[in-house]
Formats: sequence, C-alpha cells, structure tokens
Amino acid sequence: MLSKKEVEHIAKLARLGLTEEEKKRFQKQLSSILDYFKELQKVDTKKVAPTAHAVGASNVIREDEARKTKPEIRQKILDEAPVKEEDYVKVKRIL
Amino acid sequence: MDLNELTIREAHEGLIKKDFSSEELVRACLAQIKDKDRDIHAFISLMEESALEQARAVDEKIRRGEEISFLAGIPLAIKDNIVIKDTISTAGSRILENFRSPYDATVIKKLKEVDAVFLGKANLDEFAMGSSTENSYFGPTRNPRDLERVPGGSSGGSAAAVAADMCLGALGSDAGGSIRQPASFCGVVGLKPTYGRVSRSGLMAMASSLDQIGPISRSVEDMALLLAVIEGKDILDSTSLEPMFPIEPEISANIQNLKIGIAKEYFTKGIDKEVEKNIRNIIKELANRGAKIEEVSLPHTKYALACYYIIMPAEVSANLARYDGIRYGYSVTQNSKLKTQNLFDVYLKSRERGLGNEVRRRIMLGTYTLSAGYYDAYYLQAQKVRTLIKQDFTKVFKKVDCLITPTTPTTAFKLGEKITDPLTMYLSDIYTVSVNLAGLPAISVPCPVRNPDNSGGRETKNAISNGACGQIGKLPVGLQIIGNYFREDQILKLAKAVESI
Repeated sequence: MLSKKEVEHIAKLARLGLTEEEKKRFQKQLSSILDYFKELQKVDTKKVAPTAHAVGASNVIREDEARKTKPEIRQKILDEAPVKEEDYVKVKRIL
Repeated sequence: MDLNELTIREAHEGLIKKDFSSEELVRACLAQIKDKDRDIHAFISLMEESALEQARAVDEKIRRGEEISFLAGIPLAIKDNIVIKDTISTAGSRILENFRSPYDATVIKKLKEVDAVFLGKANLDEFAMGSSTENSYFGPTRNPRDLERVPGGSSGGSAAAVAADMCLGALGSDAGGSIRQPASFCGVVGLKPTYGRVSRSGLMAMASSLDQIGPISRSVEDMALLLAVIEGKDILDSTSLEPMFPIEPEISANIQNLKIGIAKEYFTKGIDKEVEKNIRNIIKELANRGAKIEEVSLPHTKYALACYYIIMPAEVSANLARYDGIRYGYSVTQNSKLKTQNLFDVYLKSRERGLGNEVRRRIMLGTYTLSAGYYDAYYLQAQKVRTLIKQDFTKVFKKVDCLITPTTPTTAFKLGEKITDPLTMYLSDIYTVSVNLAGLPAISVPCPVRNPDNSGGRETKNAISNGACGQIGKLPVGLQIIGNYFREDQILKLAKAVESI
C-alpha cells in the first residue's frame, strides 16, 4: 500500500491540496488501482515499440511569427483572469 | 407526434415544406425541457434567447425561398466541455463555473455555418471523467427510461437530452466510451469517429491522444447528417485529418457479403446473459440478411482497461495543469476569508476547492505513473501494450469489414451503485476503451425493440423464443460496431441494417 508520505509527495508534484481524510482515502484507492495495473506486467513487450499516438501524426510546423489578436478578444481573455492589475494578470509572490 | 420527437431528417422536410417553422420546433424542445428537465437534469445551462434568434433567422431564409442545409434550424444540445463563444462553458466543474469562452470550438463554427441551433449546454462528468454523469459539480443527470438509473457518462446529459426528446441531436466527446456508453444506456445512437476525423479545437482536453468529438442522434441517418458537417481537417488541430471515405446523406442498409467479425474476448464472463442474447440475436438476423459472420480473436483485449487507465490519467495530469487559479476559472484569491501565502499556496488551494474527487484521483494517478522510478513500469509498458492492442485490430481488419460487440456488459445501473468504488466504475468501460487506444471509429446503436404481441415474421419469432426483444425490462441494450480507420461509411451502413431489423 502507498504510504501517506508517498501520497503527500505525489500531491505536491501535482499541485493538489489534500485534506487529511483524503490522504487516507487516496492511499487505499490508488493502491488498489495500482494493483490492478500489475496485470500489464505479464505482457511480454521486449520487442514492442511504444505507441504514443494511434493514428501516427507527425509534427506540424509553421512560420514563427506573431499574430495579432483582435482587441476585443484580448479584452475578453483578460476579463477571465481572477486577479488583474491594468492589463496584467496578477499573481502572489513566488517565494 | 410532437415536433420535438422528430428526427433531423423529418424536421428538415417539414421546414422546407413549411409545415412548421424552426421557431416552433425550438419552442417545442424548450417546452419539453421545461416539463422534463427538473427530473432528468440533462442541461447545465440553456441558451433560450439566442436559440430563438437563430431559429427566426432560418425561418426568414426559408420565407425568402433560400435553400437551407439539413441542419439549418435544427435544435441541438452541446456537451458543456465544447466551447461556444461568449457562453459559459463549465465542463461540469466548479473551477470553470463562471468561465465564458472567448472563442468557438471548430465544430461549433461549422455548425453555425450551416445554421444549426444551440439549445443549451449538456451535463457531463467533470471534465468528461466518469461513466455515469454523477461526477458533475452541478448534480447528476438521470436516465429518461428510469429515473432511478444513471444515463451513463460522461456525455450523459447529451444522450439523455436526445432520448427524452428535448433536442433533435447532440454533440458529445469520447475518450474511452463517453459517447457510446451513454448512448447505449439511454437507447440512442452515438458515434466515436476515427481519431482525427473531427477537430478537437475548442474541446476541453482530457486525454489528447484518445479524445474525439462525436454526435448523438435518434437515427443512423441523422448521425450521417451531423458527422458530415463537423468532420474535416482543421488548422487549429494538428492531429486532425481529411476523411478518406466521405459520408453520404442516404445510407444503404444493404449488407450483402459484408464481413462481420465477432471477437470471442467480448463475450466472456462479466457480460449480462440477457445483453449477450440480444446481441447474438441481432448477429443471427444480420446473417439472414446476407452478412458473412466470422469468429475472430483480439487476444490483448483483457489488458485494454488497465492500459487505458494508465495512459488516460497520465494525459489528464498534464492537461489539467492549466487549471491553476491564475489565468481563468475559480481562484482561492477571490475568497477574502481564505488566506494564501504565496503562488504555490494559490495552486494548492484553488485546485483543492475547484476540482472534484474523480478528477483529483486521476491527476494523482497520472502524476504517480509518470513520476521518476515508475515511468517505465507503468506508462512505457502501457504504451507498448497499446501497440499490441492496435496490432490485434490491424490483423483482424485484414479479414473482416466490421466488428460487432456489446457496447456495455450490462444495462444502465442505479445512481450511487458504483460511485464509491472507482475500479468497479471503470469496469463499465471494458468494451469501449480498446477502440480509443487504437484510434478506430465505433458506433453504439440500440438493439431494435420488438413488441412480442405483434410478432409476425420468422425472425421476430426466433428472437422472442429466446426472450430477447431489444430491451431488458424498460432498459435499452446497445450494440457496438467497430470499423477500420475512416470507415464510418461501413459502420453506418451496418448500423442502418441493425436499425431496420
């Protein structure tokens, strides 16, 4: 079973706040799901290449040039930000 | 028959013959929603005013004698993880409760070009994560056939709205069965197109290598009309592709010599006996109509669910990193009672309060399987098994044109029945996930319902002697047809044959 410490570590990597009760619940639930995944270890994949993408799309590139956004769209995007100052999205200090 | 019960095809005929107006059609749907949606809760939000406006514009075109497209003036429901410009799109999540999209999804743009009408945004499991629509922040949707039961998920609102005659068609999204499983539970038609056939631009990403938008409809013919409009390569989605086999509006149900594979791995333990009987009866009838039935094997099927539940959460954990309380959506900083120290704290608390249980569980799972030390054992191994699953299908499609399976092992289950045990819930996707891993197209079509009292023909008698009449109690049974890449044309033909039994 996953330890509480492991659950806390994953939550930190995922930037997820968890309550104490949730940590306990996730310990149990994640462990049983991970157990179920063990089934896959039985498959011999020594000579198999991984598939990241079913239809095998290749990279699509374009010229790296700035495109203008209409001012009203720009304003709409800014309006969605929870905290703003003038035309900037405002965040808390990092440290 | 009320206007809201028509198929798209029938409604289109009525509109051009001026039997009724698009406004009347939209009003009939809105009236049905007012009457039924208190119990069913298929919609998160309605777009009443803009819908009526769109309808009147179409009526004006008809009045002026302009030619209109099949979808013009047709009221549709849109799953709430597909964005419509200047409209709230929540994805069923608290974190997007007030999010107003500044742009249209490509499928919405295409529907607007043909004058389709948007009635409202349909309920879903939060960010499309779930198989019952119980994971919506806005409360569950109920199955119109039996209000004690779930409509399936995650496109449960879309399927329920079509089944309850609240709209004439809908869009959903499907990463592991999210269109087909609710279509099966609600008794409507649902298609997951070939990966890349429909642009994902404007679909809120859950698992990008698996997600695909697709229609939900009342008839196979309506399915073709919807798909023909939304498909096509799109510059805004680099994984989209130009379809190779075009969809015709008229579908032939002639399946003479069509080769149908039956994979034995889809009829093993865990399947409800009555569901199996229904599917086997349909297969028999298709053979009577000239299809060639062949038993085939997809040996890696038993690993598909584990493979899916590693790959999907891994992609989820990356995709949902964007919901961080900074640029849009719910942020803990808006609540003056909650103190935050620094940026990290804003992330933790916004995501703690903004995201629901299942979403958080999948983010945790994905983060774990991608983390240092576990990557090879879980994620890389799953990607390799994905290759084997895909190869199984490639081999089988050298021999047959389509595969028939049940869509789900059981009919719709009760609300609350599986919600506390995530693994049991995941098992309801067992017949649908392989298709997404391989990127293939698949449809769920209801087994035709036959009334035992009116049994006339030879085939009908045969079905009844087995006690299978297309539904179990009052619950529909869904039949899944899987096709080769871009062979939606063949899937639709076979689905039409099933529908006309």
